[in-house]
Amino acid sequence: MWACAVRSKIAAGALCLAFGGAGAPALADTPAPQRVVSLNLCTDQLAMLLAAPGQLRSVSHLAADPRSSAMADAARAYPANHGRAEEIYLMRPDLVLAGTYTARATVAMLERLGLRVETFEPVTSLDEVPAQIRRIGALLGRKAEAEAMVATFHDDLAALRPEGPTRPRVALYDASGYTTGDRGLAGQILNAAGLANIAVEAGLSGGGYLPLELLVMLNPEAVITSHPYPGASRAEEVMRHPAVAAVGTDAARGTFSDRHWVCGTPHVLQAVAEMVALRRGLTGAEGG
Amino acid sequence: MTLLSVRGLSVTRRGRPVLQDISLTVAAGEVVGLIGANGAGKTTLLRAMLGLLSHRGQSSLAEMPARDRGRHAAWMPQAREIAWPVTVETLVALGRIPHLTAGQRLSETDRAAVDRAIARMGLDPFRQRNATNLSGGEQARVLIARVLAQETPLLLADEPVAGLDPAHQISTMHSFTALAAEGRGVVVSLHDLGLALRHCTRLVMLEGGRISADGPPLSVLTPARLRTGFGISAWIGETAQGPVLQPLDVLH
Amino acid sequence: MRLFAGLALLVLLLFLAALVIGPAAIGPGDSLRALVLDDGGPVTLVMREIRLPRALLAVMIGAGLGLAGAAMQGYLRNPLADPGLIGVSGSAALGAVIALQTGLAAAALLALPLSALAGAMIGVTLILALAGPRGGSLTLILAGIAISALAGALTSLVLNLSPNPFAANEIVFWMMGSLADRSMTHVWLALPLILAGGLALALQGRALDALTLGEDAAEAMGVNLTRLRLMLVFGTAAVVGASTAVAGAIGFIGLVVPHLLRGFVGARPGRLLWASALGGAAMLLAADIAVRLVLPDRDLKLGVLTALVGAPLFLHLIYRTRRGA
Repeated sequence: MWACAVRSKIAAGALCLAFGGAGAPALADTPAPQRVVSLNLCTDQLAMLLAAPGQLRSVSHLAADPRSSAMADAARAYPANHGRAEEIYLMRPDLVLAGTYTARATVAMLERLGLRVETFEPVTSLDEVPAQIRRIGALLGRKAEAEAMVATFHDDLAALRPEGPTRPRVALYDASGYTTGDRGLAGQILNAAGLANIAVEAGLSGGGYLPLELLVMLNPEAVITSHPYPGASRAEEVMRHPAVAAVGTDAARGTFSDRHWVCGTPHVLQAVAEMVALRRGLTGAEGG
Repeated sequence: MTLLSVRGLSVTRRGRPVLQDISLTVAAGEVVGLIGANGAGKTTLLRAMLGLLSHRGQSSLAEMPARDRGRHAAWMPQAREIAWPVTVETLVALGRIPHLTAGQRLSETDRAAVDRAIARMGLDPFRQRNATNLSGGEQARVLIARVLAQETPLLLADEPVAGLDPAHQISTMHSFTALAAEGRGVVVSLHDLGLALRHCTRLVMLEGGRISADGPPLSVLTPARLRTGFGISAWIGETAQGPVLQPLDVLH
Repeated sequence: MRLFAGLALLVLLLFLAALVIGPAAIGPGDSLRALVLDDGGPVTLVMREIRLPRALLAVMIGAGLGLAGAAMQGYLRNPLADPGLIGVSGSAALGAVIALQTGLAAAALLALPLSALAGAMIGVTLILALAGPRGGSLTLILAGIAISALAGALTSLVLNLSPNPFAANEIVFWMMGSLADRSMTHVWLALPLILAGGLALALQGRALDALTLGEDAAEAMGVNLTRLRLMLVFGTAAVVGASTAVAGAIGFIGLVVPHLLRGFVGARPGRLLWASALGGAAMLLAADIAVRLVLPDRDLKLGVLTALVGAPLFLHLIYRTRRGA
């Protein structure tokens, strides 16, 4: 959610829509769809991971952007769509995967045209990831593959469990001084890695604007900033303010990127792994 | 003593000659009236002599460094510009700028010069008044006082009496005469030929960008020149109160 | 002298107020102590790295803009001349944005302020060429509108073409200005040019006084008009360029401050220069304190406040100009 709060303001609207799974319709043993089109960065990735060869016909253009997608290379093998009703309809899909918050007009139009559209809420915790994998697997008729992926996900997550009771205090500090609370996927990633989020101390559980002065006064052990985009922006300059650089220890500097932090896919474990490494730097030998 | 010497001065604007081959000198003690019809080149001549216009030929003023020129000659342009609502005293004191070095404040000498100039133009009652709130004639007198405060050996003024009431026209001309009597030189362009005749020691008449006559007023203002230079007839006579010229009619 | 002392005291008080006001609740005594004595903790960090540069920039930029406004008005003999209104700040912002988005600013240390200076230089040269030697109000305003519009459109275009998704939203910053989250880096980036430009303008006092009588009279009194024009173009461009490069285009300070202070200096353009420098510093400090008090959680743009004060005054001046004509 944090990412949606921040990034939805920017051009890449579809980018922050992970998916969630309340209310998946009961699935009959209908034949698996053969012409699947995905409009959302997160469904793109899970569909690519689970679909049978030839089953997935198109993914969103964001899936091929290495800044936002963990599977940019794989996505280049698929025709890209820009979420426009006309282009989607002409692909003659028998299943459309979409996020709940983007391309609403497109989704409404496609439904009026009689296409089957499944929408997905953004994922806000690691616990929701298996359910999403299973839902996509069921929709694509790839239940076995989905179960295998869920098992691997559980194993990998367990392997990353931090050792030791210490929870170093860190801050996620994004462009324009936005910080991320403990609610939402990013907050859960910190939690899983054994880190305490100072946004909670600042009363920003849901995330929000944290003035630079307050960040400094809260004095976290590490400030995790986002990867800057090319070009330049004043919004991102605050992350390179000398006061931010002076906070915390030099040993532990972290960055986060949309790529691994936004979508509830197995790739989210990459972000957890990076944060576990960061924690190890902060706690020294503890937990080795 | 020669205060200004001009030799072979010519000015061309947009390919058209405006002034051609002007030569004249102005000595201390002279009030030289510059006369001529509209467009004859009076303003151009005054500005070219000062070096404010590009020209050919020589002018002793134009060849001086800017600062020295400001101490040698004071210039009162025809446009009566007072851009900001400063007091009369402040405005007159601007005349002291050429005498000040960078960052220097007004000295006692400077203040005395300002006082003299204000007194001479009868501006004491206006001293602290806002110059932009004065009437047109009063502003003209303030601007003349500014030129006087510069206390230069030479003074050039472009139609200084235009717009003044008769009393102030005459008293302004008297001021110039008095300055000349103190050993300074004045060059003043005028449209009022009667004033020119009575108050100038010498007249220079321009016609079509050339000097058509230069000499004592009565010898310059002949009926023939009034006809060719101005297209008018006039009554000219010597009276007990001095020479008098009254324009009478337009000649076709 | 009393005016000078009064304005200097006002600037000092506002400077101290700017240092003790902020989102972090630190007592005034504690904050100033931590500013002077390094306590090695976060309070010193907040004071030295966040609040001090912000207050310093407010003083520098406010003084520069006040000075530039007074100098432009003196030169054009028109109380409507303000670097922001006549498009100089807008062109400076364009220069800054080009330097940032082409990567020039990242490649060379002074590329950002120098590029903004170049933009401002083009803007001020255009204005002087269009407005003529005596800037008539109508030409000045119309030329200002045209230059501002063009510079604003190009700034917008550059930001929209940027690969950075945040850049496109920052047109407001470049148009309205803000001092939020600036650092000592920005102080050092802007200081040399603001000092050099400010000096170039401050030294023109006598020439501007003489210009009260018009160009002809001033030139005959020994004022070198060519030199004056060069100094004015350079000084204004340097001050406005460096200011805009780090804080965006902050309008109306160069309009409001000289107008308020003109009566106190007997309308003398020369004296108005330094008075406007102090007054500008005070006004920007006050505006920057106000944006922090009014909407502490948002980055309210400085230009919003300065325009709220300045625009009505601008209308009043236009009305008076019309009546006087």
